Amino acid sequence: MKIPKSFLGYKRENGRAGTRNHVIILPVDDISNACAEAVANNIKGTIALPHSYGRLQFGADLELHFRTMIGTGRNPNVAAVIVIGIEPKWTKKIVDGIAETGKPVEGFHIERSGDIQTIMKASKKAQEFSMWASEKQREECPLSDLWISVKCGESDTTSGLASNPTVGNLMDKLEPLGVHLCFGETSELTGAEQVCAKRGATPEAQKKFMKTWSDYNDFILKEATDDLSESQPTAGNIAGGLTTIEEKAFGNFQKIGSRKFIDVLEPAEEPKKGKGLYFMDTSSAAAECVTLQAAGGFNIHLFPTGQGNIIGNPIEPVVKLTANPLTAKLMSEHVDCDVSKILSREMNLDQAGDKLIETTLKVANGRLTCAEALGHREFVMTKLYRSA
Amino acid sequence: MSQPDLIIHDEKDNVGVVVIETTKKGQDCSAWIMENDKTVKVPSTNEVPLGHKIALKDLKIGDTIFKYGHDIGKVVKEIKKGEHVHVHNVKTKKW
Repeated sequence: MKIPKSFLGYKRENGRAGTRNHVIILPVDDISNACAEAVANNIKGTIALPHSYGRLQFGADLELHFRTMIGTGRNPNVAAVIVIGIEPKWTKKIVDGIAETGKPVEGFHIERSGDIQTIMKASKKAQEFSMWASEKQREECPLSDLWISVKCGESDTTSGLASNPTVGNLMDKLEPLGVHLCFGETSELTGAEQVCAKRGATPEAQKKFMKTWSDYNDFILKEATDDLSESQPTAGNIAGGLTTIEEKAFGNFQKIGSRKFIDVLEPAEEPKKGKGLYFMDTSSAAAECVTLQAAGGFNIHLFPTGQGNIIGNPIEPVVKLTANPLTAKLMSEHVDCDVSKILSREMNLDQAGDKLIETTLKVANGRLTCAEALGHREFVMTKLYRSA
Repeated sequence: MSQPDLIIHDEKDNVGVVVIETTKKGQDCSAWIMENDKTVKVPSTNEVPLGHKIALKDLKIGDTIFKYGHDIGKVVKEIKKGEHVHVHNVKTKKW
């Protein structure tokens, strides 16, 4: 297959390109959700991103909160941002972080004026942003403007056999063309961690990966009350034939093909070493992981599933593929790319990889994903520990 | 290139994955080894559903299960060639 050299995206002020053109209403904290949702309800062409946290967090957990908020606003799939928080200081910190990209952003705080006045002021600005963004046109962007994140979910053995290797095949074909790539799911590499570490492109990357994995594993061992059965693997994984975390890990790991990762990112950290594959330290829970990758700046997501995970994200389109013929048949409204013919050997991995590239480019050019059409907007912040 | 009943990732593996809706009791399954493109025959003792594993040889308690050519856990209950391999007879070595 001849891979197209470009896609139609939205060029942003900082040189990045988006596959979407969202105007978001971002609440800083849980108590500002109502206000943000009211603004999004008033002004068409905007979406609110309600979430559960943002109060009395501290230390690394607070840093992660800010990184996720600011990163979500900075994502090139976002044209403009309204930030609403209870207090002015944290609101401003998030506005300033987003403003660095050059995109329109304005903050509002509720204290001393109340919800209704804030909704009025923020709605006026949101209308301006929404109408401004609606004028933006898709333009030809080099393929290297694609930042692709991957994560699998409700996996079964067909994931490791076929849908994850299909993503790996896509990575092998697209990485040489200069795209950014990202995989994560630290806990779900348990059992394959030594093999995965060897895929670090440098001794530093290898060391950083092992430290990240060990820290996560220590945390799990400390908190676990049993053998994690029904958490890793999940009940769905087990129903699909996956027996142990090791088996799941080797299946998971197929997603990176024969690539090497150049760096290990903190959760929601933006990559800074240029094109290539990155590992991000994330939970293996789908919505948490994709939210962190989107905050890292990734503009399109590939999600292989076995038993049928249905996740979407409000700003990063999530392309779903499956190799499980029953899932493809019974949950077809969730499947963007069916590669189940690999199992019957009517399709090989090379053909499946090409098919996924075609689907990915269609979505990058604007085709809605199944998750977008169905209204899946799971925005889930990762919280590291209890608030103060 | 006929449709396989089972796929085996690696020549070193001692389990294969069912890739049809279900195997039948006593079915003589054709198993395709991805790594070397060979096809071998494996019996299925029970009805085993899509995605589940079948033992390619007799396995004793404490034996290691290999899949992808790698260690994916230990046998905790004796398994005969052709039997269903899952959480009832295999456990993680990790957690």
